[in-house]
Amino acid sequence: MSEQQYLLQMNNVGKKYYGTTVLKDINLNLKPGEIHALVGENGAGKSTLMNILFGMPVIHATGGYAGEVLIQGEKVDITSPQQAMESGIGMVHQEFMLLPHYTITENIKLNREILKDNVLSRLFGKKMKSLDYKAMNKDARKALDSLDLDIEEFVTVAGLPVGHMQFTEIAREIDKANIKIMVFDEPTAVLAESEAGNLLEAMKKIAGRGIAILFITHRLDEVIEIADNITVLRDGNLVATKKKEETNIVELAELMVGRKIDKVSRSGKHVAKDEVVVSVNKFSVKMPGEELKKLDLEVYKGEILGIGGLAGQGKIGLANGIMGLYPASGSVMVNNKSLNLNSPRDSMKERIAFLSEDRRGVGLLLDSSVEMNIVITAIENQNRFLRRILFLSQIDNTAIRENALKMIKDLDIRCTGPGQLARRLSGGNQQKVCIARALTLDPQILLVSEPTRGIDIGAKKLVLDTLVKLNEELGITIIMTSSELAELRSISDRIAIITNGTLAGILKPDDPDADYGLLMAGQKSRKGA
Amino acid sequence: MGNFLKNLYRNFGLPRLIILGFFLLLCVMAVMLELNFSELMSSSLVRIAMNGVLVLAILPSISCGTGPNFGVSLGILCGLVGGLIAMELQLNTYTNFFMAIIFSMPFAVLVGLGYGFVMNKVKGSEMMFAMFIGWSAVSLMKIFWLLAPFKNPEMAWPIGRGVRVTISLVNRGVAQLLNNTWSFKVGDLTIPTGLILFFLLCCLLVWLFMRSKTGVAMLAAGDNPRFATAAGINVDRQRIIGSVVSTMLGAIGIIVYAQSFGFYQLYEGPHFMPMIAVAAILIGGASIKKASIANVIIGVVLFQGILVVAMPVFNVFTQDMASMAEISRVVIQNGIILYALTQIVSGGD
Repeated sequence: MSEQQYLLQMNNVGKKYYGTTVLKDINLNLKPGEIHALVGENGAGKSTLMNILFGMPVIHATGGYAGEVLIQGEKVDITSPQQAMESGIGMVHQEFMLLPHYTITENIKLNREILKDNVLSRLFGKKMKSLDYKAMNKDARKALDSLDLDIEEFVTVAGLPVGHMQFTEIAREIDKANIKIMVFDEPTAVLAESEAGNLLEAMKKIAGRGIAILFITHRLDEVIEIADNITVLRDGNLVATKKKEETNIVELAELMVGRKIDKVSRSGKHVAKDEVVVSVNKFSVKMPGEELKKLDLEVYKGEILGIGGLAGQGKIGLANGIMGLYPASGSVMVNNKSLNLNSPRDSMKERIAFLSEDRRGVGLLLDSSVEMNIVITAIENQNRFLRRILFLSQIDNTAIRENALKMIKDLDIRCTGPGQLARRLSGGNQQKVCIARALTLDPQILLVSEPTRGIDIGAKKLVLDTLVKLNEELGITIIMTSSELAELRSISDRIAIITNGTLAGILKPDDPDADYGLLMAGQKSRKGA
Repeated sequence: MGNFLKNLYRNFGLPRLIILGFFLLLCVMAVMLELNFSELMSSSLVRIAMNGVLVLAILPSISCGTGPNFGVSLGILCGLVGGLIAMELQLNTYTNFFMAIIFSMPFAVLVGLGYGFVMNKVKGSEMMFAMFIGWSAVSLMKIFWLLAPFKNPEMAWPIGRGVRVTISLVNRGVAQLLNNTWSFKVGDLTIPTGLILFFLLCCLLVWLFMRSKTGVAMLAAGDNPRFATAAGINVDRQRIIGSVVSTMLGAIGIIVYAQSFGFYQLYEGPHFMPMIAVAAILIGGASIKKASIANVIIGVVLFQGILVVAMPVFNVFTQDMASMAEISRVVIQNGIILYALTQIVSGGD
């Protein structure tokens, strides 16, 4: 096939942020009328690749990209979203970019309005031209019809069901005369099943008109259903480009997840399989963006339970819900006693401690000293580290200092001293301060959310080793939530995958990659877990 | 030396260095103009200590996260009510002073609770609400002063009802009571020992409070509410406690101020007092999110020091513009508040 026949070619495209490679040697070719799926986990590099294609400012503000992008065989250097649009690239966003109080027509034609002359414009020039609603409505109708969307073009967007909003976005893109390539960024994520079906039909129709489609998703069944070609990204690398006929869901799942795993060495320790320490029933948590819906889960005493899943599926909600930080309902039993929900104080009374995923926002008092960060929850919840002077309680500086020095030594926290401000520490050491605070509470259950986020690679292993040590030496039950599957598989005894706010299945760390990929993509595992 | 200056600059901050420089410049000019320097210093000490408690009242509100208490006029009004009750009972000297404080406390606690409750309803725009709540309360209390059922002829208007605009404390032996307690002279310089000690005592009590379990919880709630919630601290409750303490200190503050001034000033009196107190603590290096006792002391020394020294110096230069000193006070005071407000945006970490 000669080069001219490709609409879009990306050759050896790469991107570094501040010296960290996030994308490397990506090759992607798109023919007219082709539906090309781009799959990968969170952080695989899908968004970065799209940002490059769209000339997003974030790319150029950080030194541009490597490699070249060709549109219809001609090298282009897209430096702004405006330019991307002029080159014929359209995008349907995951979050809708619509003005709610404008009509569908107005949204479709925004900034590309059809104008007509009137008395004022003849006198005062172009700026005074009025909108030709008739022509605009006609165009809008045409675009909507081509999507088989029978909805009046003059209703306002506010209050439309999400499916219709999405179609309005698509209609806006296909109404552009020069549109050649359309990018769908996880378009089905917000849709119900039937709506998703409609959307896929519409995509096929659009492709039938000769427009090339880049379809970003992690729903593998949809990929198999409509894509012609599939490119899998993982950790910023292109893992494979396959024709649909040559692959299947299982293989794709494997490609998406697979990576070699460094198993943290663990001494044979005893997990009492019959002793349930935490049991969660019909547990719902209203955490924006990470909602949990009626989850049932049991945690055994002394185990490390990993909680995995894609971003936005609700895995983060579990720990935050148990801790009482976001409104929760349902029931949580700790040692067969019902836990009073929505009260961090009561959770801590049950000797549950929490390491937040938002270390700097929730986990630390950045402008307080290391020692104060370590003891403050113990002061407030257990009345420790206090002395009484007459009628006043006063913090006991000697005891606080002693505790801090012990923790600094035990956990190897690198700081200039217990008095250093938490803000000045590196990410790994800040995390250790959080661990020290949790340990000071003498917990029986430790909830850990994203313990290695924002920590450099060397320190990551140290943090994980520390968690394993706590589990084995002190017998603390650990529930660890992480977006990094490899990390979960390296230290967990079992891994629960949360998809769509509920439990998709529980896997063993050495289960095949494909099982993980399938559960995370919302498919039933082959084993039917 | 270079390092020392750099450290000084970093720890002290440019705005404070400029203000300090300005203060020193004024002092040098005062000496050069052959003004009576020890008299200036004496009155500086008095002004510093008499304003100190009012500035201290801003501290708990910043610490608990409701921002500089522009509504400290609520506390001031409670203090005035307490003071008037003490006057009505015709108490004298120390009894009058301390009973005034004791009488004002129930009002301050109740008002502080209500104020804290409102502050929790308007999270994010506390300062603006505080300012207007303060101003409204001052105006509302004008009605009360007009209708107040006080009978003591030292306070009441000669005819009709209500109390006068200024009420003298001289006849009750309260005027300059603390100033003269254990005061002594070093050359021409008078040290108002009692007044200074009272201010420092208040500072000590607040310092102890900040190191108690409640104080630590309050600091955490103000510093990072999300952290505090996760640590099992009831953030809203801490904000209410901070508001109560702030209001109580405001009440004590005005009674200390009035005894040194010699008068209770009602009606318009408390209107702009919060501005002076807030400006002082901000000059002292506090931000709208973080403050310490050191900020209070440095701030009140610099701010009141400048005002006392600047006035005679300005008067020498601007003999036909008598109001220049007052104008410069307003410029400095509001300029500093303005500067502190600009820090909100950039300091949003």
